Amino acid sequence: MTDTNKKGASARPVFDDDAPASAWTRWRDTEIWHSYSRSPVIVTASVVFVMLVLGALLAPLISPYTPFDPGSLNLMNGFTKPLSANEFTSDFFLLGADDQGRDIFSTILLGLRISLFVGISAVLFAMTLGVVLGLVSGYVGGWLDAVIMRIADIQMTFPSIMIAMLLYGIGKGLTPPDLRDEMAIWVLIFSIGLSEWVQFARTVRGATMVERKKEYVQACDLIGLSRWRIMFKHILPNVTGTVLVIATISLALAIIAEATLSFLGVGAPKTEPSLGTLINVGRQFILSGEWWILLFPSLTLLALALSVNLFGDWLRDALNPKLR
Amino acid sequence: MLSTRNCDNAVSVSPILTVSDLIVEFPTRKGILRPVDRVGFEIDPGEILGIVGESGAGKSMCGSAIVGLIDRPGRIGGGEISLSGQRIDNLSNDRMRRIRGKKIGMVFQDPLRSLDPLKTVGDQIVETIRTHLPVSAAEARRRAVAALEEVGIPAAANRIDAWPHQFSGGMCQRVVIALALAAEPALIIADEPTTALDVSVQAQIMALLKRLCRGRGTAVMLITHDMGVIAETTDRVAVLYAGRLAEIGPTRDVLSNPSHPYTIGLMTSTPKPTGGIERLSQISGAMPSLRDIPKGCAFSPRCGRAFAPCYRNIPVLEPAARTEVACWLYDEEYAKDAANLEGTGHD
Repeated sequence: MTDTNKKGASARPVFDDDAPASAWTRWRDTEIWHSYSRSPVIVTASVVFVMLVLGALLAPLISPYTPFDPGSLNLMNGFTKPLSANEFTSDFFLLGADDQGRDIFSTILLGLRISLFVGISAVLFAMTLGVVLGLVSGYVGGWLDAVIMRIADIQMTFPSIMIAMLLYGIGKGLTPPDLRDEMAIWVLIFSIGLSEWVQFARTVRGATMVERKKEYVQACDLIGLSRWRIMFKHILPNVTGTVLVIATISLALAIIAEATLSFLGVGAPKTEPSLGTLINVGRQFILSGEWWILLFPSLTLLALALSVNLFGDWLRDALNPKLR
Repeated sequence: MLSTRNCDNAVSVSPILTVSDLIVEFPTRKGILRPVDRVGFEIDPGEILGIVGESGAGKSMCGSAIVGLIDRPGRIGGGEISLSGQRIDNLSNDRMRRIRGKKIGMVFQDPLRSLDPLKTVGDQIVETIRTHLPVSAAEARRRAVAALEEVGIPAAANRIDAWPHQFSGGMCQRVVIALALAAEPALIIADEPTTALDVSVQAQIMALLKRLCRGRGTAVMLITHDMGVIAETTDRVAVLYAGRLAEIGPTRDVLSNPSHPYTIGLMTSTPKPTGGIERLSQISGAMPSLRDIPKGCAFSPRCGRAFAPCYRNIPVLEPAARTEVACWLYDEEYAKDAANLEGTGHD
């Protein structure tokens, strides 16, 4: 059967001789790749994003100084200009040094680590919470749906940064004083995550209600699968496209939210600074002429948020069959 | 060859499905709507019962009520549904889930939406088999291949790992039939199984469904508005009008010798292969909206033979000729009246 049908075009994807096509070849043939490779903006954005992520991951290896090891700091290096060597110590600083003599390039790499870690963890947390609540809300419906959606509605009436600050304050108050610095990052993740689950929950709920009406879900129900199995094994895979898009866009939002909190001095501690903390530090010197302490962390944050945002926008369009 | 039993000698067999006085209600601001109003019928093991009616006559709603898939705020407002003697209309969701999956299979209208687009065809059949039968994964897969072969998918062993989008509509419907039969149910509810398909494929799918169900002795409740499908496939047929049963009986009697004026109207408005090229007659008017079903017989405003009781009281199902019919014309008490009125040219 297989051999005689080789020429049958309509039956092609099923037969063995098609299997050897490598994953890469098949990927190259998809609409997504096509749309990606034809858009220079997105290619640039993703290259920038990958470089920033690599820089963050490899920070301990590539950063020339260890700025948060007090023993290695030399106050004589304070306020060294970018692309120059210090006149006393002759240490070279690519992006200059701050008031304490910390290398800006190194602090940015380490700050990027914290920013990305907090951002990604917060999104994962918000996603898990939002997807589960959205699925339950959309599939089970009834009073459960009403309760979840009213909570979401109430939360939507406050700016999310306010919610995050409020939650951060509560979280900090609940942690024992001697653990506060260690726990700061986790409290930050928790509060940003909790302030962003609403988007996931609402979208997943909508998508779930659409899927639930389709006959395959009714068929699952009919053959006697449990609700949980239907929700997580059948509906969830069918709504992942939407979840993916929101996750990317929320990542940019979470990174900015973290930077905002840290800038306001309630986020990442100065001993473990994120980009927002660095910007907050730099702010103090902008009027006295040491512009590099503020500018370079800000540019990095801009590049990070912009590349993620552009990627998210593109993904939304690429996954929407109507816009192809 | 596949089935020697005739619907006439099935009287002594206890029915697989009994529906009596079923009411489906939708409470609305302007009162309670009844898309299904006191409908009752039985299906014997291995029998194929057709349910016909216009759009909105309550055909699909009947099917949904039987499997317990009525969407809120709809509810079963009365009557009983029994499957093999066990009452199923008042079961909790969880108990219902266990029963219907094993005993009732369902074939939906749109085959492309009846399959999960992100699971391979094989996975879906295996999942169904393993939910209900205690077999190993390998055995379930072997059975899935056999099931695909049985519904006429060529090269089933290769195609089992294909996704639904790689199948045509007709092939998908074959898979859906395989799925419906996978747990070896006693009853299959087929809700317009060929409406979304190409005309050339419709006959194949109906023949397949009929052959498989006859072979296994599975009863079928076939919901359709296609008289051709009814004539070719079913043993008995029930005609629904505005949520009420108008006539029920053996297919050939209902089609060739209908009693209810509505059924007569339906038959004369269907082209006959032997007929000439004369204009088809039509039933004047349209089916009433659920919001204002006429008092008395729902068909009375459109019926050419309506007389006094039709406008007052709802007729009940009574034997007439070779079918059972809900019409005052066949009520003994009024029969004489009706004859007189017709003689004097009522209306």
